[in-house]
Amino acid sequence: MAFWDYANPTRFLKLVQVVLPWLTGLCVLASAAGLYMSFFIAPEDYQQGQTVRIMYIHVPAAWLSMMCYSIMAVSSLGTLVWKHPLADVSAKAAAPIGAAFTFMALVTGSLWGKPMWGTYWVWDARLTSVLVLLIMYLGLMTLWRTMEDPIKAGKAAAVLTLVGALNLPVIKFSVDWWNTLHQPASVMRMDGPTIHPDILWPLLVMAVAFTLLFFVLHLMAMRNEIMRRRVRTLRLRAASAAHPRSAVATAQPAE
Amino acid sequence: MDLGSHAGFIFASYGLCLLTVLGLIAWVRIDKANLEKALKDLAEQGVSRRRPQEGGR
Amino acid sequence: MSTWALALFQRDLRLSVRVGGSALVGVLFFLAVVTVIPFGVGPDLNLLSRIGPAILWIGALLATLLGLDRLFQADRDDGTLDLMLMAGRPLELVVLIKCLAHWVATGLPLVVAAPLLAIFLNLEPAAMGAVTLTLLVGTPALTLIGAIGAALTVSLRRGGLLLAVLVVPLAIPVLIFGVSAADAAIHDPVPFLTPFLILCALSLIAAVIGPIASAAALRFESD
Repeated sequence: MAFWDYANPTRFLKLVQVVLPWLTGLCVLASAAGLYMSFFIAPEDYQQGQTVRIMYIHVPAAWLSMMCYSIMAVSSLGTLVWKHPLADVSAKAAAPIGAAFTFMALVTGSLWGKPMWGTYWVWDARLTSVLVLLIMYLGLMTLWRTMEDPIKAGKAAAVLTLVGALNLPVIKFSVDWWNTLHQPASVMRMDGPTIHPDILWPLLVMAVAFTLLFFVLHLMAMRNEIMRRRVRTLRLRAASAAHPRSAVATAQPAE
Repeated sequence: MDLGSHAGFIFASYGLCLLTVLGLIAWVRIDKANLEKALKDLAEQGVSRRRPQEGGR
Repeated sequence: MSTWALALFQRDLRLSVRVGGSALVGVLFFLAVVTVIPFGVGPDLNLLSRIGPAILWIGALLATLLGLDRLFQADRDDGTLDLMLMAGRPLELVVLIKCLAHWVATGLPLVVAAPLLAIFLNLEPAAMGAVTLTLLVGTPALTLIGAIGAALTVSLRRGGLLLAVLVVPLAIPVLIFGVSAADAAIHDPVPFLTPFLILCALSLIAAVIGPIASAAALRFESD
């Protein structure tokens, strides 16, 4: 099975070496096309004017903040259920990228909100859920940083990621409920049933560009993480060579 | 092109996104350079994996 | 089966109530939080009675989080946790019983203290009852969700702060429905029963997810 062939980190690194340049090239092309389309082809909105252009980065960033968490959840399943050796590498590498995209979604959302709602922040259901998501990303990153052993940290983070994945729909539901109770006065909603193709196409191209960017960064971060574990293994081995009797037990579980 | 009265907000959001992405890229690259240096130092010290010829690349 | 469960429950309860346990510190902290809030928002009784349920809930949330870091850590330090892992009893059940004992020692006092503290916040009798009832139903959920964080941070020496950060996002739904139910009893935009039943459901869900996830985390931590 191809999925298992790449369980070997060395083979995975070779694959990354081959795929990465192509992916990077595609990402640059898609970003250039998406930026051009969103500034020069997409029309201005009859209600929101030019600020609608913020949507072309806001919506893809928000979509990626979700996708990244899903990837982390699947990776966590991979860690706990299938014990795939690259799964926790993938989950760990995805967390900072996901946090960055969530941050981008929040910042662009609030910069879009200022001209539209007259304030940088409203406790709108969507904004609030995204903020909670950001806190969860940061918590996961902290958990990873505080634990010494990468295997144990990976398992602990996998448990938390899965609990978070189960909880996210509940959080979304409860924030929606809370928001309907305390509805702020002038929140504009973007739920038109149809989106004009002139708006849809730039949005889709930007979404593709962001997704490619995510995968490029994710692969690079995974490669770094594999290298980091090698460095750790080698350092432990060097230490155990220097003090052969004391460090035998700790040198084993590092990779 | 004319971005109207809210040009500042549009440029600010695109600029901040660009900065975030550049920050991510810088993080990944600096991390990679550091790790490669560490691997090289370890190789020079004679610490190696069981199967040699498998560096970090 | 019930004998060892009862024995474990009694042991945990006794440990947390005796000298060196931290059962009543939580109530004291709750009192301190509720006392401090009027200094922040001003002594306006109308305002206080409007946000009273929220103050009590946030105080209870903080007090619960404060007591959670010792839930598994003390047992890990003296090796009891390893014995529990080896004993062959279902670890999920062990966690559930430990949570129950922990809740009786720290959560229940909060519920009992809530009506007294509600007087400081000028709550009407109906609101007082509603807040107490929602706390009674909702604080077990906080303990059970917090157990996950406690299990994840059990090996960290200073895990208390990290525990709070990890648990707070997961506790948001409980807070929302607890406060909504209490608010609904005072000025009813919605009937009291709707959010209250959802709160009950959240507690039941936490009673399933909490022990399973904590047991998984404890197992991974030990091997």
